[in-house]
Amino acid sequence: MDRRTTIKWVLAASAAWPLGTRRIIWAAEARAAHGYGTDPDLRPAYHPGELWPLTLTSSQRQLAAVLSDLIIPADEHSPSASAVGVVEFIDEWVSAPYPANQQGRPVILTGFTWLDAEAGRRFGKEFMHLSPSEQASICDDICSETRAVPSRREAARFFALYRDLTAGGFYSTPAGRKDIGYIGNVALPGFAGPPVALLRKLNLPLGLKSTGET
Amino acid sequence: MPFVNAKAQKKSYDVIVVGSGAGGGQAAYTLCMEGAKVLMLEAGRRYSPETETPMFQTPDMAPLGGIATPQKPFGFYDATVDGGWEVPGEPYVRTTEEYSGRFDWWRARMLGGRTNHWGRISLRNGPYDFKPHARDGLGFDWPISYEDLAPYYDKVELLIGVYGTSEGLENTPNSAPGCLLPPPKPLVSDLLLAQRARPLGIPVIPGHRAVLTRPLDFRRTPQRLHPGNATAQKILAGDMRKRSACIWATSCGRGCSIRANYQSTTVHLPPALATGNLDITTDAMVHEITLGRDGRASGVTFIDRKSGKQESASARVVILAASACESVRILLNSRGTKFPDGLANSSGKVGRYLMDTVGSTVSGQIPLLESLPPLNEDAADGHQVYVPWWLYGEQLRGKLGFARGYHVEYNGGRRMPGYWTMAGLEWLTGGSYGVKLKRDARRYYGSFVNFDGRGEMIPNEHSYCEIDPRMKDKWGIPVLRFHWRWSEHEMRQAVHMQRTFAQVIEAMGGRTSGPVETDGARAIAPGGSIIHEVGGAIMGSDPKSSVTNRWSQTWDVPNLFITDGAVFASNADKNPTLTIMALAWRAADHILERMRRKEL
Repeated sequence: MDRRTTIKWVLAASAAWPLGTRRIIWAAEARAAHGYGTDPDLRPAYHPGELWPLTLTSSQRQLAAVLSDLIIPADEHSPSASAVGVVEFIDEWVSAPYPANQQGRPVILTGFTWLDAEAGRRFGKEFMHLSPSEQASICDDICSETRAVPSRREAARFFALYRDLTAGGFYSTPAGRKDIGYIGNVALPGFAGPPVALLRKLNLPLGLKSTGET
Repeated sequence: MPFVNAKAQKKSYDVIVVGSGAGGGQAAYTLCMEGAKVLMLEAGRRYSPETETPMFQTPDMAPLGGIATPQKPFGFYDATVDGGWEVPGEPYVRTTEEYSGRFDWWRARMLGGRTNHWGRISLRNGPYDFKPHARDGLGFDWPISYEDLAPYYDKVELLIGVYGTSEGLENTPNSAPGCLLPPPKPLVSDLLLAQRARPLGIPVIPGHRAVLTRPLDFRRTPQRLHPGNATAQKILAGDMRKRSACIWATSCGRGCSIRANYQSTTVHLPPALATGNLDITTDAMVHEITLGRDGRASGVTFIDRKSGKQESASARVVILAASACESVRILLNSRGTKFPDGLANSSGKVGRYLMDTVGSTVSGQIPLLESLPPLNEDAADGHQVYVPWWLYGEQLRGKLGFARGYHVEYNGGRRMPGYWTMAGLEWLTGGSYGVKLKRDARRYYGSFVNFDGRGEMIPNEHSYCEIDPRMKDKWGIPVLRFHWRWSEHEMRQAVHMQRTFAQVIEAMGGRTSGPVETDGARAIAPGGSIIHEVGGAIMGSDPKSSVTNRWSQTWDVPNLFITDGAVFASNADKNPTLTIMALAWRAADHILERMRRKEL
């Protein structure tokens, strides 16, 4: 996204609301880093901030947490996104030196600014200080790229990217894997295949009609 | 352990093998087991799957959730070291950046090369695949037939361990009894495919992959592979016992610390090293073959990547197995007054007839697979089943508009969730967020299927590589320049894949996740992206039109052999690795016989 487009869609939202303390931070300002190289040690567990510096400000991280938890709230099955480290994951992502991250970074940061501008325009407050229903009313307008009105299309593009990052971060964690019903990644003495009762219920054959020999 | 630096190398060896992947690993194994003294030179670093493989690490432990970056193009946990389509300091030149005319060159700089990360799909070429010109008048016939290579396919399957079945289908060969391991049980999504594809006339049969679904038969196989050679039998039996069977978890592309799948580093090199006949020098970037006064290869020169110094090694026989394009590069960079256009190139065919595999992908979502109960579907890491090419008759009768076939690699199931698990799903969820998104995730997870077509490319005059007159890599070695063009055959085949996969997804009650691509130039993946590049030094029966003879021996230099994909005269839809190994074993047997007769 070029600078001109960014300014255009943020200004559209902020016409009646002066931009607050959260300034747009441009991709070029992300501190330079070189990534993990072509031969990283694959064995240790890495944590956000170890390989390149994190760059979100504390107020951006607060907004990120609010938005991530609107996208993945706690429910009876699993905790919320921010409770399992998704904000750190997003900070790592927007701070990474790779081209996809450098291109996504201004989309995310401009989106944050847009949210506050839109919240200010509609409710006279920053986004994180809105009530849940006020926050939802803004999200409802941008949660679909196909339904968003043209003036909110860029904001919808931001929301789609942010939602993908939040969900990606969440479902990569043990809590997310458990919620979604992934039970693999354990050593088994053999692979039994799907249960016969399930195959019968689905009206599927119990095996391949293979006559082949080994 | 006989890992040696340049100074510790012996004065001379029987054979130098350049490269340590499928072709180099197999050649070195066969030669060492029969007593030849071998020096293997690998451009990349030493690599140990037993200690370096991230077996159970999960995406949350990796930077960026393990997603692909330019530094790790197949994701953080992929086994590849210092590799990808771009290698720092080792450029190459493309003549165009256009999608359908570009060629991207994958390399890995590590012991075992790209056998460490490959998909382990191990299919035999069939009888038609060695005589394609005789069948339809296009491309070239090989100077060998399926029958020549069949015994070596058997041997390789027995040695490395391949699961699958013999189904007796057209041009899809059976293995000799006892060669294959039992295939893994199919997943729910596999069985749905089988049920719905059958009425369309599309066969779904067990896949073939180099994964141990049970321990190898260390009692009988060594004798079968090395009759009359008690030492080799003992070494192989001991090594086979050290390889575990699959534990039905973790992705093969990370490598396998328990040696349950094939990679050169866990299957070929350990027994070869155990003979005491193999020395390996890593970080040895071979760039030239040296010639003696008799016109025979005397050895190679290489750059020690650690010291930056030029070194040399000598042997009675030189085998190139550096990967198709790297072997071509070495030949073209070996120039002399009598051969200004490169070594073994009197035909002018070195670098010519590069081929990759035709690739095209369609994915879809299947409501019948939604909201299934939790099942462990890690299985053998995919490819429990596949679709071999099924339209040979229609094609021969000219009904399809393209000359060669493809097979289908299919994947579904409840795979390890990660960064992409719930990404880009607005077309299904309407853009949900909040509690609804979490419900949608439970509903849709595991309901996606993916079809990859893998088809044959016919060699053509416009797809080749040569030495760029200007550019050099960081070692000062001249680099390759690639030219690439698909023909109508490949582009129409890619469109056929698109339409067929959409039809199958519909028959499964699902929807494709994007529009079907009917423009062949856009439906086809760019050259080099499937990483099946072969050709460049094709074998043939005429020294004027080919680079090697039927034994992978260069016509011009009798003690110079090529055992990687460069010698392929055609690139059947079957993935090339198994055929590379079978050809390498056959070439090594031939070298041994000629050395015994003192002809080499």
